[in-house]
Amino acid sequence: MRELSLHILDVLENSIEAGATRIELLIEEDLEKDFLRIVIRDNGRGMSEELARQVLDPFVTTRTTRHVGLGLPLFAAAAERCNGELRIQSKPGVGTTVLATFQHNHIDRAPLGDLAGTLMAAILSEREMDIHYKHTADGRAFELDTAEVRRVLGDVPLSHPKVRQWLESTLAEGLASVQSPDVT
Amino acid sequence: MPKLKTLEDLKRLREEAQQDIKVRLETGTKITVGMGTCGIAAGARETMHAILKELKKFEIEAHVTTVGCIGMCVKEPLVDIEQAGKPRITYGNVTPDMVPTLIEEHLIKGNVVQECVVGRLPTQG
Repeated sequence: MRELSLHILDVLENSIEAGATRIELLIEEDLEKDFLRIVIRDNGRGMSEELARQVLDPFVTTRTTRHVGLGLPLFAAAAERCNGELRIQSKPGVGTTVLATFQHNHIDRAPLGDLAGTLMAAILSEREMDIHYKHTADGRAFELDTAEVRRVLGDVPLSHPKVRQWLESTLAEGLASVQSPDVT
Repeated sequence: MPKLKTLEDLKRLREEAQQDIKVRLETGTKITVGMGTCGIAAGARETMHAILKELKKFEIEAHVTTVGCIGMCVKEPLVDIEQAGKPRITYGNVTPDMVPTLIEEHLIKGNVVQECVVGRLPTQG
C-alpha cells in the first residue's frame, strides 16, 4: 500500500472485526534515533498462539468470504523492507497487539499519509468502539480519545454530521501540530 | 486531548445536535462504505473522504458509516445508499471522482445512477 496509514486502517478494521470495544493507536516518531514505531492494541477476542503465528501467512485468514488474508503480511513486508519488523502478541479473550517498527529515514519507507482519513474511516465504523490515538514526534504530541469525546456528547453519536466535521477538523489541526512539514 | 477551546466547541455542538437528532434518525439518509483490506487497497478511504466533502458542500445531512468486507472485493470501493422509503442501492467501483455525480444524481435529484449499480435491495418495512 502507498501509505502506512492504509496499513494502520487495515489493522484497525481487523480489531473492529474481532469485536474490540477499545483500540489504542500509538505512533512514535524519533528522528534522532531514526525510528518509527506503530502500535495497535485492542481488547478484541484475540487469537490462539497457533493462529497468531500463522496470520503472517497470506493463505491464513479468519474470514469466510475468501481464503486469503493479505492485510498483516503486507504490513509485515512494509516494515521488513525498512530494517524493521512486525510483531503480534495475542491472547484469546484478552486482545491483540500489533507492533510495527521502521527505520524512519529508510528510502523504502512509505509516508504515514492521511492519518486523519484513516481515523475517520475507523471511527465511523458501524460497530461501535472507542479509539485512543496518541502520536508523538520529537517532543511534540497529540492525543484524541473518542471515549472522552463520547462523554462530552452524551447521546449524540460520533457519526452525527456536525460531530463528524468537528472530528475531521480537530484531527487535521492536531496532526498538523505534531508533524513538522518535512516529516510525513 | 484536544485543546480546551475545541472541547468547548464540542459541548456547544452537542446542544445543537440534540435538537435535530430525532428527526434525522427517522427520515435520514444512510451511506455505507466498504472498508475491508480489499476496499482500502482499492481506495475506499479516499472515496469516503470525497463523500464527506460533497455532503459538506451541499449541506446534506447523511449518516456515513464504514463496514468490513462483504465478499464482492472485485467491485470495491463499494458504496451503499439507503434512504427511508426507497430501495437500498449498492454502487460498485466508486472512485473519488465519481462521487460528485453520485451525490448530485442520487441524493439531490433522486435518480439512481444505473450504470454503476451492482446491487439493489427492495424497500424494507
